[in-house]
Amino acid sequence: MSGQGMNLTLRVWRQAGSEDKGEFRFYQLNNVSEHMSFLEMLDVLNEQLIKLGEEPVAFDHDCREGICGMCSLMINGQAHGPDNETTTCQLHMRRFRDGDTITIEPWRAKAFPVIRDLVVDRTSFDRVISAGGFVSVNAGNAPDANCLPVPKQDQEKAMDAAACIGCGACVAACKNASAMLFTSAKVSQMSLLPQGKPERARRVLNMVARMDEEGFGSCTNTSECEAACPAGISVDNIARLNREYLKAVVFSDEGI
Amino acid sequence: MFKVADSPLDGRVPDGPIADKWDNRKNELKLVSPNNKRKYEVIVVGTGLAGASAAASLAEMGYNVKAFCFQDSPRRAHSIAAQGGINAAKNYPNDGDSIWRLFYDTVKGGDYRARESNVYRLASVSGNIIDQCVAQGVPFAREYGGTLANRTFGGAQVSRTFYARGQTGQQLLLGAYSSLMRQVSAGKVTLMPRREMMDLIVDEGVTRGIVCRNLKTGEMEAHTGHAVVLATGGYGNVFYLSTNAKGCNVTAAWRCHRRGAYFANPCYTQIHPTCIPVSGDYQSKLTLMSESLRNDGRVWVPKSADDTRAPNEIPEDDRDYYLERRYPAFGNMVPRDVASRAAKERCDAGFGVGETKQAVYLDFKHAIERDGEDAIRSKYGNLFHMYEKITAENPYQVPMRIYPAVHYTMGGLWVDYNLESSVPGLFVLGEANFSDHGANRLGASALMQGLADGYFVLPYTVGDHIGKHGSSLKPLGNDHPVVQEALESATSRVNSILAVNGTKSPDSIHRQLGQIMWDKCGMARTAAGLKQAAEEIRALRDVFWNEVKVLGSGDSFNQNLEHAGRLADFLEFAELFATDAWHREESCGGHFREEHQTEDNEARRDDEKFCYAAAWEFQGVGEQPMLHKEPMEFNEVALSTRSYK
Repeated sequence: MSGQGMNLTLRVWRQAGSEDKGEFRFYQLNNVSEHMSFLEMLDVLNEQLIKLGEEPVAFDHDCREGICGMCSLMINGQAHGPDNETTTCQLHMRRFRDGDTITIEPWRAKAFPVIRDLVVDRTSFDRVISAGGFVSVNAGNAPDANCLPVPKQDQEKAMDAAACIGCGACVAACKNASAMLFTSAKVSQMSLLPQGKPERARRVLNMVARMDEEGFGSCTNTSECEAACPAGISVDNIARLNREYLKAVVFSDEGI
Repeated sequence: MFKVADSPLDGRVPDGPIADKWDNRKNELKLVSPNNKRKYEVIVVGTGLAGASAAASLAEMGYNVKAFCFQDSPRRAHSIAAQGGINAAKNYPNDGDSIWRLFYDTVKGGDYRARESNVYRLASVSGNIIDQCVAQGVPFAREYGGTLANRTFGGAQVSRTFYARGQTGQQLLLGAYSSLMRQVSAGKVTLMPRREMMDLIVDEGVTRGIVCRNLKTGEMEAHTGHAVVLATGGYGNVFYLSTNAKGCNVTAAWRCHRRGAYFANPCYTQIHPTCIPVSGDYQSKLTLMSESLRNDGRVWVPKSADDTRAPNEIPEDDRDYYLERRYPAFGNMVPRDVASRAAKERCDAGFGVGETKQAVYLDFKHAIERDGEDAIRSKYGNLFHMYEKITAENPYQVPMRIYPAVHYTMGGLWVDYNLESSVPGLFVLGEANFSDHGANRLGASALMQGLADGYFVLPYTVGDHIGKHGSSLKPLGNDHPVVQEALESATSRVNSILAVNGTKSPDSIHRQLGQIMWDKCGMARTAAGLKQAAEEIRALRDVFWNEVKVLGSGDSFNQNLEHAGRLADFLEFAELFATDAWHREESCGGHFREEHQTEDNEARRDDEKFCYAAAWEFQGVGEQPMLHKEPMEFNEVALSTRSYK
């Protein structure tokens, strides 16, 4: 390990609670190793704050290997920071330079209210899934798994969509705070697989309605969501959702 | 260091031939009729594979369920990080697999320290799990004909592992989560996210509910019901550095232990052979590289200890593929405990690679030459991507550097065959219990166990408890003395932590605990080291209670306080861990005592003295725990020395 790390200025959003107005505060952090992850850098900041008697910065994180979707953060205005297809926990400090000022903010969206500092409430995503992001099959009902062959290309596309980690970067990156990429990923996965077909019309109608009720904005096809997505979810899924929605409205009994 | 109970502990295994035991038990279990189920409430703590599948299944059957997790959503539970796959005895590849073989491999892989009857049941429901997951829309890998694909995992000579790229845990968890959310919309499950379980409510020896802290508001809440299901995962974070998520903790299990639930085999820890090595002292966690990589990657070190050449410049003749050399039958696919010890042996002997010399190579050169880079990318793309993110090296071009890390804990709360703990009405599932993996877990078996417990075992057995006791268990109000006592005890613990107001952060004390555990309770253990570890842990516990510094208050969102509370429990639990490891004077699976090894450094079991599960009863902090022994009987798989040569 070299002793010479980076010296950084951090501009961090601090907000004591959901009712608090909140403000940016500046912190100086020295000798940051390039091998640290971004969250490890924040750990070091928090250790420094505790020593000085200031409450540490609250931020959500858990698996720290890019899969649980718990970490978030707008870093210099980009959801999960500058790297493509990378969560904040997988972002490493080698991406930054000595002397940089880094601005760190929470996701900002009406449907994701701030709980404290950089932590937001994303339970609206759970409610969108509960509106229809499932196949109605009880444990014990399933036929043998190989009864229903699924073409490999369909399974691969379904897997591409199912890879969504539910972090909310798509919402944070969107100027309308739309949850279309998130919702469309689940709708796509289910509509590509034969298991999802019986409920496809209800699913898309209910999930879209719930998305609107939760206060997410409309989609205007700017694709910022795709650029920000750490799991590589494509906007093709949004096109698929729109087709599913149209079919459901026009052709199904559920659409009226 | 401990006391021993007079009579052996009974696992309440049903009678009959092994293949009939589960059916026999199901025929004996009490049923609760559909219109009565809706009168009962079951509390499920933890929403990983075991917890989410149990909560969804119970709600589907008609029970009212409250599901708790400390994360912001049930979908974040750490099952999501499992990469490689899930075993099932489907025999789709027609390569000779069967329920018996999966059972045999799991008992042998666990080094003959698991309960035979539980393992057989696990193997026999494994096929149903795959059916259920496919029906939910889990996008498992498929062949061009549309049927399901399989791959091989360590400790097996058949292909029985189902997978969804390198994200199998994610897809299985999202499947269980989708079933759970369906029951939320049906009004049968109430979700309680951002709650930390702080205590178990027990009245007259029967489980009645839990106390939890609302992590958003700091409020202490009591929730009562007719049964409590604990599915709160493992305790690997007692080592500080592990592949577990940062939030994983022993608190819920430990709080139940303090209320009377026995803790079994805490020393059985799985050290996974293929993780990304430690890079610096700021390191906050370790990252696993799936065992499935050993299907195509070959593990080696240079033959010469002072070889400073770059890996690609070292010719074949100067490489030691030590797993293939030592274990020709299984080669790179030996079980995890064997592979980890072999890596440690090479590094300790000076053959390690990289800057720290604490690493070995996992090389895909031959696989890429044989199958092409695209084929390797389609199998492991996300893992290679993750490796490159962390290390800034391209594993398609240079071999990965890997080293063992704490990954999974086979020990856990003691349960009988019905998965019921020693406190009636408290059921324990998944990694949080001790029952199925013995002293070492085979790859792709954790997902199998979590879902078997949640979908196909607990939904039957919980009904037996409710059928017997449900109608006599009247609801307990918040003013009931046992509820009051539990609420006050949880509140006073939080207040005591805040009152210390010392100078040391919880993180710094946790790192110290991790260092003690890794050095003295890690991959190689000795009697003297373990005894010393117990003393150091006691001393560190004093440091915590005199010098910890937690800022902020208890009545708000306070992550530092959460961490401190979990650490306080780890500091009590760690001493039991060291005691258990010290008492077990043999080597088995993940528990390796240096005094007990063969001439060629393999584990030497002592079946005469230690063929039992050690279930510990709490007697007070710092007091000698009481050991209850449940004998492990092997009627189907003969006890023998495990060999992978």
